[in-house]
Amino acid sequence: MVIKMDEKETFSIIGSHKTKSVIEKAAHIIFTICACFAICAVASITIYMFVNGTPALAKVGITDILFHSVWKPTAENPQFGILFVILTSIVGTFLAILIGVPIALMTAIFLAEVAPKRLAAIVKPAVELLAGIPSVIYGLLGILILNPIMYRIETAIFKDSQTHQFTGGANLISAVIVLAIMILPTVINISESAIKAVPPHLKSASLALGASYIQTIFKVIIPAAKSGIVTAVVLGVGRAIGEAMAITLVSGSSVNLPLPFNSVRFLTTAIVSEMGYASDTHRQVLFTIGLVLFVFIMLINITLNTVLKNGGKEHE
Amino acid sequence: MNNSIIGKKTRVSDNILYAVIYGSAAISILLLVGIMGYVFVRGISNVNLSFLTTVPSTIKGTFGIAGNIVNTLYIIFITLLFATPIGVGAAIYLNEYAKPGKVVSIIEFTTEVLSGIPSIIFGLFGMVFFGNVCGFGYSILTGSFTLTLMVLPLITRNTQEALKTVPESYRSGALGMGATKWYMIRTILLPSAMPGIITGVILAVGRIVGESAALLFTAGSGYLLPKAGIGFLNKIMESGGTLTIQLYLCMSKAQYGEAFGIALVLLVIVLLINMLTKYLSKKFDVSQG
Repeated sequence: MVIKMDEKETFSIIGSHKTKSVIEKAAHIIFTICACFAICAVASITIYMFVNGTPALAKVGITDILFHSVWKPTAENPQFGILFVILTSIVGTFLAILIGVPIALMTAIFLAEVAPKRLAAIVKPAVELLAGIPSVIYGLLGILILNPIMYRIETAIFKDSQTHQFTGGANLISAVIVLAIMILPTVINISESAIKAVPPHLKSASLALGASYIQTIFKVIIPAAKSGIVTAVVLGVGRAIGEAMAITLVSGSSVNLPLPFNSVRFLTTAIVSEMGYASDTHRQVLFTIGLVLFVFIMLINITLNTVLKNGGKEHE
Repeated sequence: MNNSIIGKKTRVSDNILYAVIYGSAAISILLLVGIMGYVFVRGISNVNLSFLTTVPSTIKGTFGIAGNIVNTLYIIFITLLFATPIGVGAAIYLNEYAKPGKVVSIIEFTTEVLSGIPSIIFGLFGMVFFGNVCGFGYSILTGSFTLTLMVLPLITRNTQEALKTVPESYRSGALGMGATKWYMIRTILLPSAMPGIITGVILAVGRIVGESAALLFTAGSGYLLPKAGIGFLNKIMESGGTLTIQLYLCMSKAQYGEAFGIALVLLVIVLLINMLTKYLSKKFDVSQG
């Protein structure tokens, strides 16, 4: 009789409540840990980038690394000036944005406003597919299509030049074109959704006032979608400055002033092409290059965060 | 006659802008068609059965990518093994447990940052942390851990989106009937959010297949097939280059024929993944019933 009573008790909802609440708590804790994983990851990446990137700064000297332009890491008297590398990344990214963003923005307008539904249904998946193509394939095509064209232009321009170092077409312009193509999908997708999110009554009001469709797009819809478009551009900058594999072989690989027909080296390509054989101070300097890149990316992220916050307030 | 407001004036600038807009869209399309077409034409002659099923042999002088295909599969599998539970768990926490506040905004900010960090930085970090500090060296495991960090935001965000579309009434219904929170999540939320989670996972696979910079210094460039038996397990501690790494190596050695063969294989995989996500999102789209 007593045993039966006990059995009954274990089946009561009060009894199982205990094990249930243990499971509940465990689930809560596990999910919290999962969520904190992203924080840990970012924190440890930041710490490791700084820990590995700063020794070289102390060893060689901050000004000797950041503001010197001679890069001879394997010479007997090694010099580690990365000024040209930093400049190349900045100039290259800027030019890629200059070429890529207008095309991307126009395509976004096409998709969101101008295109007939059927045409948009073809273009949109094409853009998505463009985003999925691995970056090494862009690089491969860059080498085999862009570089020969560039070489022809180069030989035509510098036919009589005595000082020009011929690059075989692997130069800044080739890299910039590859980068401009690679940022297209990012900028198109985000600005398209920004344009589509513009409230329709703005458009109707503008059209009712007698503005033409194009005027409405450029004077009403684009300004209203401004913060989304800025986000798209900033993400495009991030994508361009961080791209490595596509431009490693396309950009040539000597450290030079970023002039259009010079063979140049970006922050990313310097790491990719030298990490394989670098040792000691040289290796540490490569980590410093990584740190510089990381600082750029963090600045971009923080800008993005403030843009998004301000944009959010605008619409409230 | 001229007083009618209809068709009174065609603006030249309007027409120019229309031309620019159509032109830009045409550029985007032509780029894709051009890339696909070029890779297909140059690559098709290099892809045959022995290309897909053998490893490179210097004795026979042949080239094959079987080892790289297997390495890619290894890395996809191990990465998802870690990234999926963590990513889904994080999304559940953010959507179901967390109260809006500082912690949530920090988590969301770091997730955002994580998706913005370029892969070469992940590569450097993975090489130092997983490779040297943890002692995994150049191995498939190092590469997979590195990629886990990289695809995490993708899975988290897609799961979060999916969880947001689950109607509030499902939650209150389940809780009202006496289900505990975990039971409700397990039996109601996760099955309803499954299409979103799967989409995230497939997108992650796409990212892993196309990744190269993060793997070059972490997973290395081995191209051999795993040995039978225990070799399958040992393989994860050995170096293994994925298809993209092999493509990069071929490219830097100027073996363009082989490079285009691999590029074609990669494009086919990307195309399949793309179609699969399309199919899934269409099939499970709530708004279309």
